[in-house]
This record gives sequence, structure tokens and C-alpha cells, in this order.
Amino acid sequence: MSDLARGGKQKDNAVLEVRRRLATWDSIIVLLTVFVLVVASFSVTNFGTSRNFTFMILDLLPIVLVALPMTFIIVTGEIDLSVASTLGLASSIMGYLWNQGLSIESIIPICVVVGAVLGAINGFLVTGLGLPSLAVTIGTLALYRGLAFVVLGDGAVADFPFTYTGWVTGTIGDGPVPNVLVLILVLAAIFGVILHATPFGRSLFAIGANAQAAHFSGIRVARTKFWLYVVSGAVAGLVGVLWTLRYSSARADNGAGLELAVVAAVLLGGVSIFGGKGSLPGVLAGVVLLAALQNALRLQDVSGQALNIVTGALLVLSVLLPNIATSIRTTWQRRKLRRAATV
Amino acid sequence: MTATATAPRHLLSGLVKVRELGIILALVLLVGYTAASNPRFLSGQSIRDILLNTAILAVMAAGQAVVVITRNIDLSVGSVLGLSAFTVATMMSDNPGLPMVVAILVGLAVGGAAGVLNGVLVRYGRVPALVVTLGTLYMFRGVTYSWAGGQQVNADELPRHFLTFANDAVLGIPWLVLIALVVVGGVALLMRNYRVGRELYAMGSSPQAAELAGIKVARNLLGAFILSGALAGLAGVLFAARFGTVDAAAGTGLELNVVAAVVVGGVAVFGGSGTVWGAGLGALLLTVIGSSLTVLDINQFWQQAIVGALIILAICADRLVAVRIARSLRKKDSHV
Repeated sequence: MSDLARGGKQKDNAVLEVRRRLATWDSIIVLLTVFVLVVASFSVTNFGTSRNFTFMILDLLPIVLVALPMTFIIVTGEIDLSVASTLGLASSIMGYLWNQGLSIESIIPICVVVGAVLGAINGFLVTGLGLPSLAVTIGTLALYRGLAFVVLGDGAVADFPFTYTGWVTGTIGDGPVPNVLVLILVLAAIFGVILHATPFGRSLFAIGANAQAAHFSGIRVARTKFWLYVVSGAVAGLVGVLWTLRYSSARADNGAGLELAVVAAVLLGGVSIFGGKGSLPGVLAGVVLLAALQNALRLQDVSGQALNIVTGALLVLSVLLPNIATSIRTTWQRRKLRRAATV
Repeated sequence: MTATATAPRHLLSGLVKVRELGIILALVLLVGYTAASNPRFLSGQSIRDILLNTAILAVMAAGQAVVVITRNIDLSVGSVLGLSAFTVATMMSDNPGLPMVVAILVGLAVGGAAGVLNGVLVRYGRVPALVVTLGTLYMFRGVTYSWAGGQQVNADELPRHFLTFANDAVLGIPWLVLIALVVVGGVALLMRNYRVGRELYAMGSSPQAAELAGIKVARNLLGAFILSGALAGLAGVLFAARFGTVDAAAGTGLELNVVAAVVVGGVAVFGGSGTVWGAGLGALLLTVIGSSLTVLDINQFWQQAIVGALIILAICADRLVAVRIARSLRKKDSHV
């Protein structure tokens, strides 16, 4: 009898565990992403083709790469809205240096370093002077984009060598798998391992959950945040290079507004805007969901600007829905407790 | 004992004055330098242009200041301006007989509705204002684009009385400037002298304390977002009347200038301090900087970079002041 009861209880626990796992936002988002992909490939013409797959990967390339360090920053409870402007400034500098006759091999590391320096400025203002990251990065959003226009004006530089532009848009062995997918997978794996399997990754969650407690348990909060901004800037600089090569065009307004898509994807992936919560697989699913939705709508001739309604709405919903779910759960629990009390 | 109690208050009010004096000083220096190198900068037409351009920014900055004082932010104002400008321009070109008052009321209503959406999501959805208004920034702009497509409303499709409104003057002051003065003055008075204004400051200083003190936080917060939205809508009407040509891109990126005007004007991003009056001065300073660049023949592309640098400079200054106040308070405490 007692054995039976225990077995039943264990089974109950297992069911609860599975239900708890399934009910977390990241797994919901993964399932939703799979659902959207399946539905779209059956109902949207040309969605499931290998050619479209290539284009989708190229479209999500800038979002996913910038989203990796952004996940780290948001997990620590900060934000970086200047990434798209850093990308634009890197692109401008790339065009300027190419016009000056430098080789691509030397331009690429310069752009990444420029990105890192721009990130370090953000990091210094946030951690060195203790300013709020939201206000700082709104300021540098305007500053870096403005400098991008100062460097290159409103013209474009377009004559980049095919060896490089071709690599970014090309596929492995002329198959459907784009070259850049390798880059995405390698970087995602590195960031994923760091966040979920190292003490450093755990310390990021600790900082986001309670920066003061993290400080008192020996985590160097300011130094960690500073380096996160440097990495964020460096990645944005690299993406500026990739963006320029993909469209074979260096322009000051490259990537304008990308910060919205990135923040939307990260929040959609279950990272809490208040810090301390989130997972990298969730973020990757968020990026794919966003890209798949946009791609499917575009195939049905929805204009690019109208797509912004979807991105904007997803951004709001990604925070709103978990909040609603939590408040429903608490009212439900309260009612259950009240019922238990009256019995 | 009384001395230590009153000293910090004197210090604080002194610093606030210093902040606005600082902007006025910067304005005087900038205008003086520019006028010295090109006297035409002080011609009637040039001053008129500066005031007309300031008017639209100042109206939006007044609403934004109120939202920032409650420790929130409204990034959707540029898109609200675009939506309102396109709505009103389309309406006026379809019904040329409508009086100006109707245009203004429709603009206020469109903006107010946008503000309701923002406010409800922030307060009842418990979504941070940054996320909400970043989302609605793109949603409102997307709505305008899918409605307008590639088309625009041209000046020759608009009724004359609508277009001349921007330049018509009462007692030598253009309507646009008059409206801006009334808005900034009115909101400043509301924030300074009325109960609801002081409650908004209290909410910004400490949201929890305000709630515990029995302030109707939900109503006030909703009101702040509706005010910001409605004023952005009003700015849309003024924009359409001033420029005559309106397309779906009207006011893109303007939110940065509005936030810059507010922050430069001394409204702290942590909420709870700063004045609407200062935000108006910030708007004037930004516009004068833009005009000076043109007159001094400096690359126009510098303007956005300067806006960004000013935002950062202003938050650094606020931080410095806060640190200094904290230090001086601590010093006083240790002497007692």
C-alpha cells in the first residue's frame, strides 16, 4: 500500500516536473518556433525551399550575432541600445578606409577594434561613472550614428572585392547551407557554453538577480559589466563588416533600427528585462521565430515597414504575456489557498 | 540644528537654478559667437525660423518631461507625431472646409489614444516603459506606413488657412510659438503649483513610497502618458501646418532630440527632479545649435553626433551634482 502510494507520488512528481519544464517560457518559445516553421513551410509558397533557407539565415545573421552579447548584458540587468549605431559607424569606417586604399585584411580587425573601443566607452560610462545604461546607450545611439554620418556622409562605398562579398553571401559547396551559418553556430556555441557551463556565466545571473549580493560574494560586478560592453561593441563592429560585405555597400545608415529586433528577439527568447533570468537556446529560438515570421510575411508581400508592427508587437508581448501568466498563476494559487483554508 | 535642516534645501534649490542658468549661459555664448561671425544670424527671419523650429520640439519636450519626472520614458513620440501629422493632413486635404480647431483636436485625440495604449501597457501590463514605447515606436510607424504606403500629402492639396496658420501672427508672435509658450507654461505651472504635479514628482522620487502614501499612481501615470501622447499629436498638427508636405516618415528619429532636450534641460533620468521650463530651454538650445551649425558652415552631419554627446554630458553633470550633494550631506552629518 505504502509502496503503491510512493510509486504514485513519484509518478505525480515526474508529471509535475515535465509540466514545469514545458511551462517555462523558453520551451514554449522553442515549441512555438517549430510550430511556425512547420505551418509556414506548408502554407506559404516558397518558404520551405532551400533558396529561402539560405536567405533566412543571411537575414538573421546580424540579429543573432548581436543578440549573443546582448543576452549577457540583459541577464546582468543592463541594456545596450547603441549596437545598431556601432554597426553603422563600423560600416562607415570600413567604407572610408577602403576608399583610402587599405586592404580588407587590415580593415576587418580595425573595425572590430573600433567596435570594442565604442563598447568600452559605453562600459566606462555605465560602470566607471555609474550612469544608467538606458540613458547612456540612448546617448551613444545618437552619437555613434551621428559620427557614422560625419565619417561617410550620405554617400555609399560599394566596390568591395568579390572574394569577400562572395564568401558572406555564398554557401558551402553550392549547397543550401550558407558559409556564415558556421560562424553563427561556432559563436553561439562559445557564448552558450560560457553562459551555462562556467562560473563566469553563473556570476552573470547572480549580478542580474542582485548586484549588491553578487558584489559581497566576491564577484567583480563593475569589471564584468565593462567587459560585456566591450564584447558587445566588438561583435557589433564585426557585424558591421559582415553587413557591409553582404550588401556590398558601406553606408552610414546601415543597420538603423536593428537594436529593436535584437532586444525583441532576446526578450522573446525568455530573458527577463529585469535581469537574472534567461537561456541562450531560448534566445536562439526567439531569433529564429522573429526571422521566420518576418520572412513568411515578406513572401506574402507584406511591406518591410509594415513588418515593424509585428516586431514591435512581439517585443511588447514577450514581456506582457509572461506577466499575465504570472498574475493568473498567483490568483489561482491564492484561490486554492483560500479554498484550503475554508475547508 | 535648524541650520543643518535648511541648508540642504537651499543647496538643492540653488543647484536647480544653476542648471537652468547654465543653459541660458550656453545659449548666450553660442548666440554671441555665431552672431559675431555672421550678423545675419540675428536677423528677424533667422530668429523667427529658430523659434518656429523650437516650438514643435518644445511642445513634445513638455510632455516628455512629465513622463521622465515619473521615472519613465516615452520613446514613441516621434512615431505619434508622424501618425497624427498624416491623419490630420489627409483629413484636411479631403475636407478643406474644416476649421483649424478641428485639426488640433483630432491631433490631440490621435496622440491621446496612443498615450492610453502606452500608459495601460506600462501600468496594468507591468511592462517597463522602455520596452513598451520602443515597441509602439515601431508599431505606430508601421501603421502609418501601411496606411500611407509611398504616397504623401503635398502642400497644394492642403487648404490655405491650414498652411498659413504656422506663419500667421498675433501681436507679432506666430501662432506656433504662442501655442508652444502656452503649453510649456501651462504644464510647468501644473507641475510646480498643483497637487497632481507634486504627486508626479513624488512618484518619480520613490514609486513605492508614493503608492503607500495614497497617491493615485495608476491614474497619474496614465495621465502622464496621455499628456505626452496628446502633445506629440499636437506637435504633429503643427508639423503638418509648418511644412505642408507630409509622408509616412514624418518625425522619424525625433524622439532622440526630444529626450535630449529634456535631459539637457535638467530633468534627471531617475525621475523626481527637473522642470518643464528647463526642458523648453533644452529644446531651444538644441535648435539654436542646429541653426548655428548651418550659419557657421559646419557639416550638418555633426548635428546628430552633438545631440548624442549632449545627452551623455547632461547625464554626467546630473550624476556629478548628485554625488556632490550626497558628499556634502554626509560631511554635514559627520559634523553634527
